[in-house]
Order: sequence, then C-alpha cells, then structure tokens
Amino acid sequence: MPKVKIPRKSTNIDMTAMCDVAFLLLSFFILATQFKPSEKLEVHTPMSVSNKVAELKDVVLITFDKDGKVYFSVSDENKNQKADIIEAVNTSKNLGLTPQEMQSFKNAQSYIGVPFSQLKSYLQKTPEELAGATLPGIPVTDTLNNELTEWMRAAVASFQGKTMNLMVKGDNKAKYISFKGVIDAFKKNDQMKFKMITSPEGVEPGTELYKKNLTATAK
Amino acid sequence: MAEMDTSSGGGHKKGPGVKKQKKLSTRVDLTPMVDLGFLLITFFIFTTTMSQPTAMQLNLPKDTDKPEDQNKVKASGALTLMLGANDVIYYYEGELLPDGSNFKTTNSKEVRKVILDKKRSTNPEDFVVVIKPDNEATYKNTVDILDEMSINVVKRYAMVDISPVEEQLIKATEQASGGK
Repeated sequence: MPKVKIPRKSTNIDMTAMCDVAFLLLSFFILATQFKPSEKLEVHTPMSVSNKVAELKDVVLITFDKDGKVYFSVSDENKNQKADIIEAVNTSKNLGLTPQEMQSFKNAQSYIGVPFSQLKSYLQKTPEELAGATLPGIPVTDTLNNELTEWMRAAVASFQGKTMNLMVKGDNKAKYISFKGVIDAFKKNDQMKFKMITSPEGVEPGTELYKKNLTATAK
Repeated sequence: MAEMDTSSGGGHKKGPGVKKQKKLSTRVDLTPMVDLGFLLITFFIFTTTMSQPTAMQLNLPKDTDKPEDQNKVKASGALTLMLGANDVIYYYEGELLPDGSNFKTTNSKEVRKVILDKKRSTNPEDFVVVIKPDNEATYKNTVDILDEMSINVVKRYAMVDISPVEEQLIKATEQASGGK
C-alpha cells in the first residue's frame, strides 16, 4: 500500500513586518502631538457641551483658581499689545517700572497675579522664583478697588482695531464672587462678550440639543 | 542491531516547536507585540484630538438702568434659578409670592426636568430663565447651569445679581433643612 503523504503547509505568518508598520505609525503620532505648555497654574475647568474650539491668537486670558485668585495674561504672539499694556498701567498707576521689569512681562508665558502695590517686586523675580511661589492674585472682590478694571482698560486700548479674544478660565471650586468680580471688570470696560474655557463633554442622547444636532447634520 | 532513532518523535507532532529535540526553536510569535503596538497607536490618536480645550460663549446684557428689557418679559413666563452652596438650586416660577410659597429646592440633576417642564408649558416668546448665583455658589455651578441652557436649547436667559429678599429666603431654607 502506498504511503500517503499528507502535505504539510505552514500556517504561521511572519508578523515582523506588521510589527514594523505598527511602530512606525506609533512614532509618527508621538512626534506629531504637540504638548501643551506646562500649566503653571493648576486649574480644573468645568465641562460643557460646547464644541467651539478655544482661540489661540489675540487672547487676553483671565484665570482664577479655586481660592479665587485672579491672574491676567496675554497670548505670547501679541508682543506689541503686551508692551502697550504694561506701559499704560505704568503711567496710570505711577509704578515707576524699569524697562527690565517691563521686559519680564513681555516675555513668553508671563502672567500677573499680584496687586499693583506688589507689581514692581513681582516683575523683578525670575521665572524660576515664580514657579514655586504662591501669589495673592489680582484683587477683584472689592467693588471700589477692582484692579482688574485697570488691566482690562489697558488691554482694550492696546487691542484697538483688532478683535480681542477675551477668555475666562476658572476652576470648578472657585466661588461665584470671584467670577462676579471678573465680570464687573469686563462690564466697566464695556466688554460684554467673552468666552469661558471648558473641557469638552458629549451631548447626552435624548436631550433637546442632541435632537437639534441630529436634525442639523441630517440636512 | 538496533536502529538509532534520530528523528526523536518529530513525526507525529504538528508544528515546528518539538519537544525532546536537541535544537530548540528560535521562532517567536509576534502577534501580541502587534496588538500592543496598535493599542498604543489608538491611544495616541484619541488623546491628541481631545487635548484642545473648548470655549463656551457668554454674552452679557448691557447694564442699563432702564427697566425696558425687564418689562418685555412676562413675569409668568420666567423661571428664576438661584444657585446656592453645596450644589443646591432654588427656583420659583413667575414672580416671588410674598409668603414665599413657590420657593422650591432642587439639585443639579433634577433641574433639567424643571427647565423642560417650564419650557413646555409656556409660550416660546415668553419663556426666559433668570439665573441668580449667590456668593456661595461655585463657578462650576454657574457654568453647569449655562451649559443646561444650551443643552435644553433655551434661547433667552440672563444672569443677574441676587436680591436681598431671595438671599434671606435661601438662608431660611438652609437653616430649616440643616436643623432636620
């Protein structure tokens, strides 16, 4: 009887190539992600269903943390506006700032978190010193002495002719009174429109907005 | 006399990895490695798109002393929400009655039902929500309520300061419920 040889075929596929492709894609994505500039202030923003993306240019950002401390900053690309702001504040409040101190505000990633009385000494500090320091924040709760109004006035004047994207980034636990102080400063400068930075949240199915979005996309 | 069996029993076993053979297989199965690679890829794909913070637009009404705008709104169509401490929300429909009988309490989950009920029962032109946060309300409460406005597609709403009468009512309600 002839021996029947069952032809054996290998069922193992060489996965090396697949692995190479996978890691190439991975490297691409790792390199392509832009890291956010490390937050010097720990702010946890509330979530909202808004899907409009926050602007990155021409931004005047008011941040307030959970203790209600208010910080004022301008986006880094607007060097001219930053220069105008610090000079306007210097002349109106007679702070006597030296060009070096004004330069430290014009640097990237700078923010103001002190009342005018401490501004001169604050601007003398280096970023390393500031990194660990706890700042008192700009006073806004006192209606008679809302210092943010001054900063906003300088900001509005410097952005004349350009659209200023006014943004508010608040911490979840901040009390309404700080937010109200910030809003009052805006109102005094006639800034009625502003955006609040939030974390994205999905729209719950079944709600009116969800249905509205469905009909909008269906058209 | 005896045959030296050098095949070492490799004939009846499937696959190259054979036991009791002097040469051991050097083949490594890379399938789990590929799975891991793709898992990491999908992780990075999802995290890069989600890192952009979104912005919520808020337009404040002009602070005019003229009560024209307030008069245009029919009092019966108004729903007033007051934000208190500990995520509690007090509300009343229409105008505040002198004895405060329509002053009710709710929390952030129930408020959507309240808003929708009121929205369904009133004329769309007259429906307006007035939001009054008190000093103990957190920023999160405020943003959540504004978010509810857009979730429930409320076209007219306003954020104003709380009045002393309402503050007193809130304090009284808090004391009454705190005592229980």
